[in-house]
Amino acid sequence: MTDRVLRIGLPIGVLALGIVVWALVVYLNRIPPFVLPGPGLVFATLVKDWSLLANSLLVTLLTTFEGFVLAAIGGIGLAVLFNQSRLAEYSFYPYAVVLQVTPVVAIAPLLLIYLPQPAAVLVCAWIVAFFPVLANTTLGLNSVDHNLLALFGLYGASRAQMLWRLKLPSALPQILTGLRIAGGLSLIGAVVAEIAAGSAGAGSGLAYRIAESGYRLNIPRMFAALLLLSVAGIAIYFALSYLTYLALRRWHESVIAREL
Amino acid sequence: MAAVNNHPIISLRNVGKTFDSGTVALDGLDLDVREGEFVSLLGPSGCGKSTALRIVAGLSAPSRGAVHWAVGDDMSAERLGFVFQEPTLMPWATVAANVGLPFKLVHAKESYARERVERALERVGLSAFAQSYPRELSGGMKMRVSIARALATEPQVLLMDEPFAALDEITRFKLNNDLLALWQMLKRTVVFVTHSVFESVYLSQRIVVMTPRPGRVFTEVAINAPYPRDERFRTSAEYAALCRKVSEALSEATAEAA
Ligand SMILES: Nc1ncnc2c1ncn2[C@@H]1O[C@H](COP(=O)(O)OP(=O)(O)OP(=O)(O)O)[C@@H](O)[C@H]1O
Ligand SMILES: [Mg+2]
Repeated sequence: MTDRVLRIGLPIGVLALGIVVWALVVYLNRIPPFVLPGPGLVFATLVKDWSLLANSLLVTLLTTFEGFVLAAIGGIGLAVLFNQSRLAEYSFYPYAVVLQVTPVVAIAPLLLIYLPQPAAVLVCAWIVAFFPVLANTTLGLNSVDHNLLALFGLYGASRAQMLWRLKLPSALPQILTGLRIAGGLSLIGAVVAEIAAGSAGAGSGLAYRIAESGYRLNIPRMFAALLLLSVAGIAIYFALSYLTYLALRRWHESVIAREL
Repeated sequence: MAAVNNHPIISLRNVGKTFDSGTVALDGLDLDVREGEFVSLLGPSGCGKSTALRIVAGLSAPSRGAVHWAVGDDMSAERLGFVFQEPTLMPWATVAANVGLPFKLVHAKESYARERVERALERVGLSAFAQSYPRELSGGMKMRVSIARALATEPQVLLMDEPFAALDEITRFKLNNDLLALWQMLKRTVVFVTHSVFESVYLSQRIVVMTPRPGRVFTEVAINAPYPRDERFRTSAEYAALCRKVSEALSEATAEAA
């Protein structure tokens, strides 16, 4: 009980303290808003520009969500394919790694040349997000208890049964870990691509608003948009953590509170 | 008393196993398992007992020699039950789902499977835990679930790899008794791997003593005490004498290799 209070109370306290310090620094040093706006002004801007920002947030969230879903399908699908066929794994896994290690900031401008802007943003979100799903799912599929595998073999399980009844359930914790990472990353991918698109003067997402406000020296709006992005990131993280909890609460050590 | 005829249901001839690492686990192992008998493989740790059992089950191929199943060697849940040294349960499935796995895999009829699962759980005394998850069970209970799963299909041959090794003495004695009662009731063949002299004498009709690695049969000891065996047998002079005899055979096997 007290642990719970501390867990929730302490971060909120730190946040409140941070806001107070921020406000004081701005106020005492008389820092002008185009250098560093105070928390009050950022909040006021958030309210004033709400309809514009909310629209942009929706655009970014939609891209993030689409990128995430495609990353989940692509990552899990490829991992299953690689698990079933060694030839496919040997042929394509290196290129998945290449996609992963090439910085998306460097790929985004290229994609924007060849693809319409929304598609390019989506592809960027996908590229950053799919690899953790692929890597974690692969790890999960390969760490199935070998005695359980032998047992399924003895009982004459088919390949499909091995996959559905043994490998995928056993890999579920790792798959969910991959998805949790992918959620945050697809937001980052979308933002990076929007910024790149923003420098080309096109787009309507939240990151584009940040870039645009930067050019116009509308610093309070930059902060307001940034705040929304952080909140979106946190919300995605908690939503996926809750999904993990729901899926694993009956059996996996990671989410079970052991009664001692 | 379970009927033992002299017809071997499984025979291993001159079986050897060399792992890729170069470890020779088995060399020249000859073993006959007769239908309906309770036979134990006894030997020091690392002598190749698990390897031998896996070869019998077809989970691992012998490097040399031959394994022959009198009934043909395509395995199925009716043919063979295997109890691993660890419980080997699916943590995401309930106890009932774990025990019902062999039926699910062959798409058996739901009602038939449920009845078999219930009976198997009843036998190991875990009916009340059918809907629990493995993590909610103690180590001994998990092992009993694993045994229930192997028994649910009432396989012709039951292979058990030190199933009780990790348990405390009281639980082990209880499971020993349960296993003997089941064996007498179902009249199936049991191959039981152990490194406990006391356990092997208590349970078996025949003990196969193995040499240290590379494992092969050093000698066999017949345990002719009648079943049902119970605490009276465990405390009898006959039991003590048999244990001494098997113990000596085991030391000789170990000494010869040294
Ligand atoms: N997969 C493997 N690869 C390489 N060596 C192995 C493998 N499995 C077993 N061995 C080796 O074979 C030998 C016999 O192993 P095995 O597991 O059959 O012993 P055991 O008699 O069952 O021992 P214990 O009583 O400790 O379970 C050991 O020396 C072991 O190191
Ligand atoms: Mg062993």
